[in-house]
Amino acid sequence: MIREKVRVKSFKINGIDVTGASNQTILEIAQENNIEISTLCYLKGLSCVGSCRMCIVEVKGSDKLIPSCTSKIKEGMEVTTDSARIKANREMILSMLFSERTHTCSVCVSNGNCELQDKSTELRLEHSQVPYGHARFEIDASHKNFVNDPNRCILCSRCIRVCDEIEGAHALDLMGRGMDTRIIHDMDEPWAESLSCTSCGKCVYVCPTGALYEKDISAEEAEKKRNIIMELLERKVEQ
Amino acid sequence: MINSLEELEALANTKRCNEQNCQEELRVCVGSSCASLGSENLKEILDAAIKENDISDACRVKAVGCNGLCAKAPLISHCNRATKISILYEEVEEADLDELIQSVLNAAPVTHKHCDITQDFFAAQTKIVLENAGIIDPDDIEDYIAHDGYKTLFETLENKLPNEVIEEIKKSGLRGRGGGGFYTGLKWESVAKVQSEQKYIICNGDEGDPGAFMDRALMEADPHRILEGMALAGYACGADKGYIYVRAEYPIAVEKLTRAIKQAKKLGILGENIAHSNFSFNVEIRLGAGAFVCGEATALITSIEGNRGNPRQKPPHLSDYGLFGQPTVLNNVETLANIVPILKRGAQWFKSIGTASSSGTKVFALTGHIQNSGLVEVAMGTTLRTLIYKIGGGIPHGKKFKAIQTGGPSGGCIPESLLDLEVDYESLKKVGSIMGSGGMIVMDEDANMVELARFFMDFCKSESCGKCTPCRVGTVQLTELLDKFVHKKATKKDLELLQNLSHVVKDTSLCGLGQSAPNPVLSTLKYFENEYLEGISND
Repeated sequence: MIREKVRVKSFKINGIDVTGASNQTILEIAQENNIEISTLCYLKGLSCVGSCRMCIVEVKGSDKLIPSCTSKIKEGMEVTTDSARIKANREMILSMLFSERTHTCSVCVSNGNCELQDKSTELRLEHSQVPYGHARFEIDASHKNFVNDPNRCILCSRCIRVCDEIEGAHALDLMGRGMDTRIIHDMDEPWAESLSCTSCGKCVYVCPTGALYEKDISAEEAEKKRNIIMELLERKVEQ
Repeated sequence: MINSLEELEALANTKRCNEQNCQEELRVCVGSSCASLGSENLKEILDAAIKENDISDACRVKAVGCNGLCAKAPLISHCNRATKISILYEEVEEADLDELIQSVLNAAPVTHKHCDITQDFFAAQTKIVLENAGIIDPDDIEDYIAHDGYKTLFETLENKLPNEVIEEIKKSGLRGRGGGGFYTGLKWESVAKVQSEQKYIICNGDEGDPGAFMDRALMEADPHRILEGMALAGYACGADKGYIYVRAEYPIAVEKLTRAIKQAKKLGILGENIAHSNFSFNVEIRLGAGAFVCGEATALITSIEGNRGNPRQKPPHLSDYGLFGQPTVLNNVETLANIVPILKRGAQWFKSIGTASSSGTKVFALTGHIQNSGLVEVAMGTTLRTLIYKIGGGIPHGKKFKAIQTGGPSGGCIPESLLDLEVDYESLKKVGSIMGSGGMIVMDEDANMVELARFFMDFCKSESCGKCTPCRVGTVQLTELLDKFVHKKATKKDLELLQNLSHVVKDTSLCGLGQSAPNPVLSTLKYFENEYLEGISND
């Protein structure tokens, strides 16, 4: 396969003229230009999967909504990130994420340190537009330092990607499908018994919600130690 | 080993000569519908009877693929080579076989269970893809060769350049029969143009729509034609490796394809340097593990790679970054089965069949409330009325027609007022449905459209892979909303939410499964809104 040469492309985001390299994504260019696009599954330095659908944008000439994290820039494209249609869709998607499992901030260890919570503040979503589902999953607290509570998981797959791409262990993956999908260790073993887990904690630090958290800390202390991992991720970007 | 066109034709002639002595042929359909009613047992009894009466020189019993009229299964046809008369018997039971054998012995025709082959069900069809189905023995490569099989491949290797093949397919206007309707020639061209050491041809046999069995019947009835189509695609695009992805729920199709590959390899029709040319082509089978979403292109290749069959965002398209990161052509079974006839009879001939935008024929699986349920192949542009009343024989028990569902869980419902719609890719899309892979479910007046929408949404819910939010959560929410309408407990607000949510799921889902999952809801809302309104409780 011939890889295209990297070229400079100029285009517009929300009417603002921007430029970038042809191997960059709309989201990257937007961030470089301080144009805010909501994201959840995206984390700089990890591969992009476009699964949460929060970062959807419109491109003139197409009635499709595309995820900006996986879409490469094109010469002359006109991107809109904040039309009424996008906002309505984004609110509904966020509502769906809240309705899916049990996100009760007041009793959550990540209260105040949660990206899902931040999104609702950002979009000013006061209540879910769809009924709550309250699915029940068993909590895995077998590990000496960490807990996996699938009831707070939004299936962004950051933990899987960081474990695979940065730690190189690939101890985590998905099991089941649809609403029953959950993160598992190895062949669905208790976390403590996972042979491939190195207990490095990277998965916990990239988790946007309280699904993966450290034991024996109060909500006040539950700030995710993102700076350690961010440094590694920055290095990865530079490579 | 067959090394040239001459040798292939010699083998075809030998086979034909050998059979000439054998005047009579009893073709027992062992397609899925007939087999489920014990046709394999019937074949064994016939085999034994032929042996017992010592007429195996004069009469042959052959297991063949689907005849199409599954409603009248099991079907056995009795062909006489000399008189060229062929009689089709329907709903054959063990008790009828004696009489059948007697008719072979004494030329006294069986008086009952005749199936009229001049009836509209057969007469109104145009068979291109299914031309060999019900005629050749899918387990016998020589039978396929005797019916001009692999001749097109050998002729093409000898006389045509790859770009000439692509040109011909482009001219024919053949479009993907899996549902999307993308031009096959363009797809091939985009892969042919990419320079790469390794390219792949994949045949998508992961047919999973409820009520669809076109690809299954094709794979079971004529597996060699699919292999030949794949080899031609490989030659045109410069690929030397093919995969057939078949769902494991189709064990007979897997068995027939496996045998076909083995036979073709043994004769050197597949393998290295086919017919002494520089072209090599090998085919392997991969089995699906029961996930509907694996019929989606990117999920399918991820599954072949050995990973969890989750789709990924396109672009990059498969022509740039497909299986194992290499340029890949992914075609549906039926699309590949169209390649041989196009190259054999020319693009002009193919273009003359069908409509301006959609040439050729389409195989449909007619099911539901219809007399002649089964497998039919009609020219594009045939009206729904012809399909339902002429070919399908109308609605049973004197009931009235209500709607027809096309395209499975991704498609929509079409009401009676649109019965004169000429079926092709564009017309179906215009009325809010899709061609899909070709499942057609007919519903009579008693059908509840909300329940139907709920059924398909429930299907999508349990088949959603769970990767993207709108499909994973949206299908669950929509199913629960539709539940309320079915139980007449919905509110006006629910109707609003139903519409709103349907559009969000359609617009923002990652792959085709989610993007099309709300179609049954949206189309029934469009044509049968009153049934939703009836689901709203007044208190």
